[in-house]
Amino acid sequence: MGEFNNNFILGCSAIGAGLAVIAGIGPGVGQGIAAGHAAAAVGRNPGAKSDVTSTMLLGQAVAETTGLYGLLIAMLLLFVKPLLP
Amino acid sequence: MGQGILLSAGADIDFMIHGVFSYELFGQTVWITTTHVCVLIVMLVITAFCIAANRAVKHASDVPGTFQNVVELVVEMLDKMIGGVMGKFSPKFRNYIGTIFIFILLSNISGLFGLRPPTADYGVTFAMGIMTFVLIHYNQFKYQKVKGVIAGLCDPWPIWAPINIIGDIAVPISLSLRLFANVLSGTVMLALVYALLSKIAIIWPAALHVYFDLFSGAIQTYVFCMLTMTYITNACTTDE
Repeated sequence: MGEFNNNFILGCSAIGAGLAVIAGIGPGVGQGIAAGHAAAAVGRNPGAKSDVTSTMLLGQAVAETTGLYGLLIAMLLLFVKPLLP
Repeated sequence: MGQGILLSAGADIDFMIHGVFSYELFGQTVWITTTHVCVLIVMLVITAFCIAANRAVKHASDVPGTFQNVVELVVEMLDKMIGGVMGKFSPKFRNYIGTIFIFILLSNISGLFGLRPPTADYGVTFAMGIMTFVLIHYNQFKYQKVKGVIAGLCDPWPIWAPINIIGDIAVPISLSLRLFANVLSGTVMLALVYALLSKIAIIWPAALHVYFDLFSGAIQTYVFCMLTMTYITNACTTDE
């Protein structure tokens, strides 16, 4: 590790964690698009509301996965601290 | 060091898994952790409910009482959900899906009662992901035979087989990580709120509990079971 001490590594880990949760942008946009289309579908066919809602929730939960991977990386960097010697 | 640099307030945030006691097994030190304790509590609650439900159904009356109504409501809701997705395969998988549905739901809600949710431990969710994986491939070999499985692997062209295999392996990992990360994020956020804002966290964290424990927990339970059912139905369905 040379001249870098543990505080420097922890600070860099915090910056990395902050960068990792930027992954939340993608699922946010995707879930918004899904919810918007579901709202349009319910407006066109109000009878199918429960089907549309369950399909929307399923699709949103799958789309959320990539954001959760970013969150997991941030959690690992902050709390498990794999970079410390 | 450690937590101190993370939280300048120095409050004790506590959402990690703790060991309760350890014992030696074949030369390995094995820890009984808080996850085991919480799983046991959830299991005891489910077992007590099942014994009471068994007694209520054995002495069923024509005009159902309150408890019998609740049991019938739960069973009918699960049957409807499973039948809607799996169709003719639903009788065989009703037990498994119903079991994991009730277990995951109670595990997620247990955060409301001060336990650390067992599903916020990757060991628990990965075990369920592995069970789904085994069920998918067992049923694929059973219904589609070896020929169908090989045809499925070489789906567009035979050169795609490695990618299909990676896709198959990714199923249990993404399934379990999704549940784990959702529950863990709720647990961590509530622990941060209670540790950092301990002076002013009086009543309003209840709203966060409703969102993270009840709403998010129920949605993730539903999603886990729906995806499991979809994968198993896909594996059971033959081409003709």
